[in-house]
Amino acid sequence: MHELSVAHAIVTTVVEALPPGSPRVNEVRVRIGALSGVVPEALQFAYEVAVDGTALADTVLLIERVPVTVHCTPCRTDTTLEGITGFACSECGRPTADIVAGKELEVAQVVFSEPATAGRQS
Amino acid sequence: MSRILDLKKGILAKNDTLAATLRQTFVEADVAVSNWVSSPGTGKTALLEATLNRARERELSVAALVGDCATDNDAQRLARSGAPVRQIVTEGMCHLEADMIAGHLTGWDVSELDLLIIENVGNLVCPSGFDLGEDTRVALLSVTEGEDKPMKYPHIFQSADIVVVTKTDLAAAVEWNREAAYAAVRATNPDAPLIETSARTGSGIDDVLDHLLAAAAAAARQLTTQEAP
Repeated sequence: MHELSVAHAIVTTVVEALPPGSPRVNEVRVRIGALSGVVPEALQFAYEVAVDGTALADTVLLIERVPVTVHCTPCRTDTTLEGITGFACSECGRPTADIVAGKELEVAQVVFSEPATAGRQS
Repeated sequence: MSRILDLKKGILAKNDTLAATLRQTFVEADVAVSNWVSSPGTGKTALLEATLNRARERELSVAALVGDCATDNDAQRLARSGAPVRQIVTEGMCHLEADMIAGHLTGWDVSELDLLIIENVGNLVCPSGFDLGEDTRVALLSVTEGEDKPMKYPHIFQSADIVVVTKTDLAAAVEWNREAAYAAVRATNPDAPLIETSARTGSGIDDVLDHLLAAAAAAARQLTTQEAP
């Protein structure tokens, strides 16, 4: 249910970060960790609702799912989990709560087109 | 021509920034702040009521913020303890956010408090991503709701600093399997201390209070160390 709050936050974050000159946004790329508590399918749906009437209307949301990776200090090994339970080292089997990836909730990239009237220095 | 803007910005950065400010305020005010999360019906409010009563018996200054989708029933019930209690009505929203905490602290001098307890909306999914500025996140699990619940809702249990088992006075009646419940907690959170409580008998409540006070002191030390030049 909170995916709508997250979708609104994506819109705000992207709109505030856009360069001046009203560029046309085509795609928003986000990274969603398996432990973030956000369901990608629900976020995709909520995004369509949240962008309505904003500068991001008709844009595509691309979701990269980030699996959970835990670190084992004694083995110096990172283990990527298939699911979101069983926080243990794949080498020695010790439980570990040292999570190095999987909590991401991040706008990674925004793909946009320069407006036709803007300068083309690049 | 297409261009790519590398943003790498947290989606909940606004909430996180406000939560960090709140955390700093709480540390400076020397108040232990905990965020209690569980499914509906775990007995958060009953345990909170017993905890507020016990805290006042111990002459601790305690206040609570309680979140629900609708009604101020919980605030009315908890106000009987004599502690200041405010209801946060989310009007359907499934979790609390940092700005709701900030907005409901107006007029309270948190530096006069030893403890501030935030009871989140009963929900095992959505509150997990929203930092409220607490030093300790408490996940509650009742003996009546199935030992494997942490496995089914790992996000919240993984993010907890302590796990509190509630309604232990009913453990025998429901044939609660302690070993299975602990194993389920450990599968999602190998480190968090587990405390068994009963709001009815009062068992474990002093342990919860002691833990919250100690955890806040430890968190304050850590935050101060991090900021030292």
